[in-house]
Amino acid sequence: MTTMETKTGGKSMPWESYHHEPHWRSASDEFDAAKLGMWLFLTTEVLLFAGIFCAYAIFRMLYPEAFANGSALLDVKFGFINTVVLLVSSFTVAMAVRCAQLNQQFWLKVNIYITLFCAALFVFIKFTFEYIPKWSEGKRPGAFFDYPFAHHPAEPLWWAVYYCGTGIHALHVLIGAGLLTWVLVRAHKGIYGPKNYTMVETSALYWHLVDLVWIFLFPLLYLIH
Amino acid sequence: MTAIDRPQDVVGHEHEEGSFLDNRGLGFWGTIWDWASTVDHKKIGLMYLTAVLLMFFLGGVAGLAVRIELMEPMRMAETIGEDGTPTVELQGVAIDFGSEQTAEDGTKYWSFESTRESASTTYNRLFTIHGAVMVFLFIIPSIPAALGNFLLPLMLGAKDVAFPKLNLFSWYIYLTGATIAVVSLVLMGTDTGWTFYTPYSIQTDADYYRVFLMILAAFVLGFSSILTGLNFIVTVHKLRAPGMGWFDMPLFVWAIYATSIIQVLATPVIGITLLLLIFERLFRVGIFDASMGGDPVLYQHFFWFYSHPVVYVMILPAMGIISELLAVHSRKHIFGYRAIAFSSLGIAGVSFLVWGHHMFTAMGELASAVFSALTFLVAIPTAIKVFNWIATLYKGSIAINTPMLYALAFLFLFSIGGLTGLPLGALATDLHLHDSYFVVAHFHYVMMGGTVIAFIGGLHHWWPKMFGKMYNEKVGMFACVLVFIGFNTTFFTQFILGTQGMPRRYASYVDEFQLLHQISTVGSWLLAIGFLIHLGNFLHSLIAGPKAPPNPWGGLSLEWEAESPPTAHNFHHEPLVKHGPYDFESVVPPHCSEEEFPLPKSVS
Ligand code: HEM
Ligand SMILES: [Cu+2]
Repeated sequence: MTTMETKTGGKSMPWESYHHEPHWRSASDEFDAAKLGMWLFLTTEVLLFAGIFCAYAIFRMLYPEAFANGSALLDVKFGFINTVVLLVSSFTVAMAVRCAQLNQQFWLKVNIYITLFCAALFVFIKFTFEYIPKWSEGKRPGAFFDYPFAHHPAEPLWWAVYYCGTGIHALHVLIGAGLLTWVLVRAHKGIYGPKNYTMVETSALYWHLVDLVWIFLFPLLYLIH
Repeated sequence: MTAIDRPQDVVGHEHEEGSFLDNRGLGFWGTIWDWASTVDHKKIGLMYLTAVLLMFFLGGVAGLAVRIELMEPMRMAETIGEDGTPTVELQGVAIDFGSEQTAEDGTKYWSFESTRESASTTYNRLFTIHGAVMVFLFIIPSIPAALGNFLLPLMLGAKDVAFPKLNLFSWYIYLTGATIAVVSLVLMGTDTGWTFYTPYSIQTDADYYRVFLMILAAFVLGFSSILTGLNFIVTVHKLRAPGMGWFDMPLFVWAIYATSIIQVLATPVIGITLLLLIFERLFRVGIFDASMGGDPVLYQHFFWFYSHPVVYVMILPAMGIISELLAVHSRKHIFGYRAIAFSSLGIAGVSFLVWGHHMFTAMGELASAVFSALTFLVAIPTAIKVFNWIATLYKGSIAINTPMLYALAFLFLFSIGGLTGLPLGALATDLHLHDSYFVVAHFHYVMMGGTVIAFIGGLHHWWPKMFGKMYNEKVGMFACVLVFIGFNTTFFTQFILGTQGMPRRYASYVDEFQLLHQISTVGSWLLAIGFLIHLGNFLHSLIAGPKAPPNPWGGLSLEWEAESPPTAHNFHHEPLVKHGPYDFESVVPPHCSEEEFPLPKSVS
């Protein structure tokens, strides 16, 4: 096991010989820059979702009944489970960063595995218990809407907001999972450790954002009627 | 070279290193691959420069075509012959419609209206191509991605941008977006206008792939813009040379910094907007579709929330260039350094609060009044800059050369452009001027008279640095004068047309407007000739131009300390900043002697 090797120090790990890119003056400059870059990127993501939230607010104001009806058709149970799933994954990804800093190679990988499992679970629940049943009952966005028991003409719009919002979020879950998979592969090669954990940290930041967006989507869509 | 391995050696002593443009014996394909995989900000900058100029050409051709169409109004004459057959003449040319047509419900009709329609549709496609190419593919990336990429690290004394690979990545995103757009154009383009207003954009062209492709292109290009902006912000924060504080940065860097902030904060909003529009187009989700309870005006809000700030993405870098050109070519310390720097940030801030002025006619009175008042605020930081530039010229030793002529042209044209923004921002006058040629003239004065003029001026200024060759000054100045005259002929007439009531985006007009339209079209030819002369001048310089010294203008910012063209790693030693970028009164410029650039004799 890699952990053993590092403990004994017999064989040196790739991270130990990490050297920053030549255009940087120091590794710490490089690290700070990467973090600043990621934070800026997260700002853009927040603004992207701001558009969805804005549309939500406006149509909710215009058609409160339609939104109340639509929201009542969502199953809080699954929304809640998924919230817990994402919160757990946020915790494990944070632990992964810590493990990288402390050179706990084994737990670094375990934590990323759990995070990825949570991501898969989230998408699985979303599809099998929410999207697919709802879609087949005719609760679809816009022109596809075909639900016989609708009470309000704007209900297709509610579903449009619901699918666009959660769909774009689910896409971000997949992107985040892709990023973490890449980190995982490189973690197996022993690339991350106390001298080099930039990618672990920035990917974790991204993952927290994915979680955070859900923390807003969940009450807005499921809880407020 | 010494064999001793000291830490500084990592940074310094690379004397034998050649220019970044040197062909290193790689052969044809090797060279292509070398460029395609480069992470050198200079090469990426030059690739952007080529692409952006190509797009300028493409958009320009479409623009010229639009102007030619407007030489004459579409005069339709319909005469009914003795046998009852109508003959229709368009522009005096008889049109043959074959036979009578039968509509679905059985009524017979002659389809001449549809010919007129298809002529207008072609016109609509042309101005959409022109607008979309110019905005998304040319002007937004022009200064930041081309000149900014090349100059930002040099001006900061850095070896590269913060994330060189990301930089290459955003170049490829740009290429992808450009390719998608060109594919859409090859398939005949779209007729929505560059603004893609709903509901039209979700209904037009039943074979919707072109509209979809065009929107997708704009969406993809947005990512490129975001990543470039992000890269530049981090570069400015983290890669300034030792000794360079925030207020020792050249003003071009400040301008690029402010621009990048807007790019990062505004572009995601157009991202989600276009994404929703794509959903709307492909799946009819209804968010922007009034027939399903959605709101087309919401689309306009979203669109302008991005697209107003983005006009400052276009103009701020241009303002940065002007600050450099005026100071260097009049050998004066820039007047009001901090005022110019902060007004860039001020403009960036205010630009987010005024989007509503594009849609006064679609909002309530209170909202309109508030947006109108906020719009006037923009004029303040803008005017601060203009006054500071003029004060910089005062008592300077003004060199008359192409960059300086362009800087002066900018001052003149941009002032007209900015000032005509005010009547558009005022409610009472805008009701009359909205959607008229006045608006067209306004934004051409700011975008072309401002940004393009500054871009060409800056291109001349930094040309020797980029390619190590001088251009022909006389030819450059001549072309500049031609561009200036051509520009005013083309666009000043449009102010008059607009106030007289000529609406924008119409293929035809009443006969009274013809003279002004013709003058405008002739002006556009002068403009085109001017640009072609510049192009010839540049090509000639590349092939046969005299070798450029490292610092032909006696500039003080760090890029002039590098060789012309710079070495692969920009500097022989990491520069240490000991003077400000505009201390012309007290510092002999690098690589220059005092005879060439004398310091002022009397300091009283
Ligand atoms: C002093 C600053 C400025 C003010 C007060 C101002 C004001 C306005 C207003 C009120 C309109 C809308 C007119 C209408 O549709 O009725 C407008 C349109 C426009 N402005 Fe400006 N503007 C300013 C500077 C700029 C700059 C610097 C640029 C670009 C570099 C720019 C580009 C545009 C464009 C592209 C449009 C037309 C958009 C369209 O409908 O297609 N403006 N401006
Ligand atoms: Cu505006």
